[in-house]
Amino acid sequence: MTTLSEQILGAPAGEYVDRRVDRAYVHDGTGVLTLETWKALGGSGISCPECLFVLFDHIVPANNSTTADLQHELRDFARHAGLHFSDIGGGICHQLMAEGNALPGEIVVGADSHTCTLGAFGAFATGVGATDMAAVWASGTTWFRVPDSIGIHLTGSLSGSVEAKDLALTYVSRLGMDGASYHSLEFIGEGVSGLSMDSRLTLSNLAVETGAKAGLFYADHVTRRHLGSFGHRVMPQEQGDCNYRVEYHFDAGEIVPVVAVPPRVDTIRPVSDLAGLELDQVFVGTCTNGRSEDLSRFANIVRGKRVKVRTIVAPASRKVLENAVKTGLLMDILAAGCTVLPPGCGPCLGAHMGVVGEGEVCLSTSNRNFRNRMGVGGEIYLSSVSTAAASAVAGEICIAGD
Amino acid sequence: MRIEGPAVCLPPDIDTDLIIAGRYLRTKDRSIWAKKVFEDLDPALSGRLNGAVIVAGKNFGCGSSREQAAVALKEAGVRGVIAPSFARIFFRNAINIGLPLAEADLPCRDGERVVIDLTSGRVCSESLERPVAPLSARMLDILSSGGLVEFWRKKK
Repeated sequence: MTTLSEQILGAPAGEYVDRRVDRAYVHDGTGVLTLETWKALGGSGISCPECLFVLFDHIVPANNSTTADLQHELRDFARHAGLHFSDIGGGICHQLMAEGNALPGEIVVGADSHTCTLGAFGAFATGVGATDMAAVWASGTTWFRVPDSIGIHLTGSLSGSVEAKDLALTYVSRLGMDGASYHSLEFIGEGVSGLSMDSRLTLSNLAVETGAKAGLFYADHVTRRHLGSFGHRVMPQEQGDCNYRVEYHFDAGEIVPVVAVPPRVDTIRPVSDLAGLELDQVFVGTCTNGRSEDLSRFANIVRGKRVKVRTIVAPASRKVLENAVKTGLLMDILAAGCTVLPPGCGPCLGAHMGVVGEGEVCLSTSNRNFRNRMGVGGEIYLSSVSTAAASAVAGEICIAGD
Repeated sequence: MRIEGPAVCLPPDIDTDLIIAGRYLRTKDRSIWAKKVFEDLDPALSGRLNGAVIVAGKNFGCGSSREQAAVALKEAGVRGVIAPSFARIFFRNAINIGLPLAEADLPCRDGERVVIDLTSGRVCSESLERPVAPLSARMLDILSSGGLVEFWRKKK
């Protein structure tokens, strides 16, 4: 038997293969360099425009003339070349792909490291750089070294205020920042079936923080229901006995709320250890934790209260935002004193809005707490949405009540 | 393919945010990346990179896929990077833009002359020699062409 990566790439681990890509996407950050490089390839044409997506999410809306000019060029190109295009306000590239644009068994590449998010659907999804992407635009293909796989074996179920994010930070901590370099992760075991699609997306999203190339779930009834809501009929993927390089076991019932302390994603401590740490900003959103399930958890905690620290909430997509409006969650979030940003991911990388000042401390639901990432001299702690919500209300890090 | 230069030593797990910060990405002006490279690690470092070989700890280039990180190093004059391991996206990006990488565990002393010889598959300092994990034939071809764009043009 073979791993899911081997099944999708159609070759055993260790082999180099050339494969046609089913979907490929860039955002406004990486698309500009991709376009430059594609031009340098010498007017090669676009191999499969219907496979290509240009999705603006990093600096939206544009913050200055330079950005506006770069976006103007990329926007015009995407429209003229007939690529799928999502303008400012549409949402984060990975989330837009997760809304019915990536299917089990597909090969997906994105010019962004968190493309691994889409492994949640049983797609082989991985991040590439601008030059690799330019070659995909021109040829429709790219090369892969079929990865060995690491099994992340899950049992039990998450309970109370413990979230998939706590489990994700816990597995990143166990593997370390390079523990899965050149490998794929496969999430397996009886603990998987009870995980919602949003939870799976969070778990796959963090795979790259272990150095992994991809983080895959086998498509099942949850995948089928989610993709069914976008009009896709998908078959479950069968898991057989396969050779994992190593397996790590996690009982979800034993996971506790954790925080990753700066400047490493793999350095975690129980929230209770950090209780009382004063905050200057709370940020809820990103491709990790900006989905409907996340906004719902957040609103349930802040409803009827006031946040004591400046709190920024950025829905992951227009669809997530619209859903929050329809269900009244957005009003709860606003009434609690939060600032709501348009769908996008600028604050996570200190690129646009929500930048943290020197000496300030931010609790974020994002995926990276590298030095200076959200602003020079600022410190980033990473947590679940529930921890972020409870801490926003308290003005300091605190554990969410069950 | 042989490169040499004075070593610039760096610790493990250097992420691409540290190589070039997110606030400098929105431009096509590559000279800005050369000036701002490693600004958040050590603002004086960019001045020492021209002609140098970086000898880093494991997992060099982790984090964001931003190709500007590899481009920034090349624009700053870095001749090559030696590290026990690289983050995979950075690895592909560097080869694709023609920045030589050598996966090898070489102890580093700042300023010491180091050599990367990808033809014979070894790196050495004044006193030590270490084998390099071999590149695939295609990656070596891309690298020796000067990058994917040049490789692509040659192939046409």
